[in-house]
Amino acid sequence: MILKGKALKFGNDINTDDIIAAKYLVTTDEKELGKHCMENISPDFSAKAGPGDIVVAGKNFGCGSSREHAPRALKGCGISAVIARSFAGIFFRNSINVGMPFLQLEEADEIKEGDLLEIDLGSGIIKNLSANRTYKTEPFPEFLQQIVNEGGLMNWVKKCIK
Amino acid sequence: MPYTLSDKILMAHSGKKDIRPGEFIEAELDIALGNDITAPFAIEEFRRSGVKKVFNNKKIVLVPDHFAPAKDLKSANQCKILADFAKDQNILNYFEVGCMGIEHALLPEKGLVFPGNLVIGADSHTCTYGALGCFATGVGSTDLARAFIDGKCWFKVPSTIKFVYKGKLNKWVGGKDLILYTIGKIGVDGAIEKVMEFKGPVIDKLGMDGRFTMSNMAIEAGGITGIIEPDEITWEYVKQSHKSQAGHKSQVTSHKKEKIDLRSDKDAHYEKTYEWDVSKLEPLVACPHLPSNVQPVSELSGITLDQVVIGSCTNGRISDLRLAAKILKGKKVKPGLRLIIIPATQKIYLECVKEGLAEIFVKAGGVFSTPTCGPCLGGHMGILTEGERCLATTNRNFIGRMGSPKSEVYLAGPAVAAASAVKGRIVHPEDL
Repeated sequence: MILKGKALKFGNDINTDDIIAAKYLVTTDEKELGKHCMENISPDFSAKAGPGDIVVAGKNFGCGSSREHAPRALKGCGISAVIARSFAGIFFRNSINVGMPFLQLEEADEIKEGDLLEIDLGSGIIKNLSANRTYKTEPFPEFLQQIVNEGGLMNWVKKCIK
Repeated sequence: MPYTLSDKILMAHSGKKDIRPGEFIEAELDIALGNDITAPFAIEEFRRSGVKKVFNNKKIVLVPDHFAPAKDLKSANQCKILADFAKDQNILNYFEVGCMGIEHALLPEKGLVFPGNLVIGADSHTCTYGALGCFATGVGSTDLARAFIDGKCWFKVPSTIKFVYKGKLNKWVGGKDLILYTIGKIGVDGAIEKVMEFKGPVIDKLGMDGRFTMSNMAIEAGGITGIIEPDEITWEYVKQSHKSQAGHKSQVTSHKKEKIDLRSDKDAHYEKTYEWDVSKLEPLVACPHLPSNVQPVSELSGITLDQVVIGSCTNGRISDLRLAAKILKGKKVKPGLRLIIIPATQKIYLECVKEGLAEIFVKAGGVFSTPTCGPCLGGHMGILTEGERCLATTNRNFIGRMGSPKSEVYLAGPAVAAASAVKGRIVHPEDL
């Protein structure tokens, strides 16, 4: 699958309270969560984020609370993928489980706010069309790729228990 | 092959004869936990799966604790989703308001988690039970939904980092200071997806409550769990918690049959070892806006406060409250400052009443509340407005964690919190 969108930049240690504050965790509606995504640290984020846009961050993205509302809020405001230098453990597994694409890229800092990016999820290739640069990311291990291919953990489990 | 305690628990629950860090495994769970924030998503996913019955009605624990007693209409709806599901599926370990407590204090107290268990919870502080020698870790709602179906979870086998604490702790220094010191040293990403194993003479002498505090905050360094090998202190705690629950219908009796040797092998492989002499440690405080932003309390003594919160899954246990009461006895909270004290469970609440701690808190001018996570995550019972500053015994001081993104949260142990409430500014308990 090919994803295309502009880069929306964040720094290091973006926690899940930043991504979606606890006061909004009273719904399971992704669109509703999306309206408040990143509100505490970037109040105009949900207005700024266009369909398909890509969050680009530093190290330890998604640290803190286990709230799955975080990847769902990102999805809810139209974010198609997250690129970061590293991801916190629970955010990593939540993103796999709910089918939120994410890529680990050591050179994430080279990407600038607003750069137009194209991601080929199949090959793990990220193209920065604005800067004319191409990056290759590591593919997921086979086990995780199976879950991703099924569109998330629940589909994968349903197939396993059949 | 020598193995760590974490390896041994994962092997016993996955039926593997050997495991290596980085490998993906599927393992059988002893307990799967959800709360009023995370379980509604899991219940929705479970229902969507078409599966009619949960895998085991004794091994699922549901606790409405975050926004409970319901703080508003939407929270009431979330809590009702849990209550209805528990009724529908005959979940025996559903704890209604009046029986409930903050989940990570409640489960050990109720004897629902044992040394050697494999536990997941849709809450990041599930790592708390590592203090009992469990592999316990926070996951998301979809992981919980899957566990409802077949009682399993996938894991990437983590490597272990060993933390050895040597020396003798100073007065007023406890579990909170040890874990803040650790996070300050290694950073909020210092143990991403690693097991943190706490050991050494200081841990051997630390009581269970202090150990729970340490394991609780392993996640603040990115740790998958914070594990401590069970010893006499652990087994005595387990014995007592079991005794108090004997005969209760929800008692889980069918925990893993395999005998697990609950010690890391002497020559087990650790990814890294940190060894610290903590004899000179003074009480520590984590400044805004990261738990790793740690300073000795004496360096912060000019900082004035609007609110002090003593409670949470980190420091709302009886020894925390006894320590706070010792400091607050016969004293008054600084006029204009709000002191909010929240015992973590009903049992602890009752102990506070019986031991006269509740009276000390109220006479000092503090609020003494029913158990709830409440203010820790900016839910209710002590939200901060713009420009306000709070010192809390909780676990996170992220931007806006307790309310306004323009408020500030400092983290410390109960002794510093109580003393600071009296002075109206951050102080060393010795300065009272």
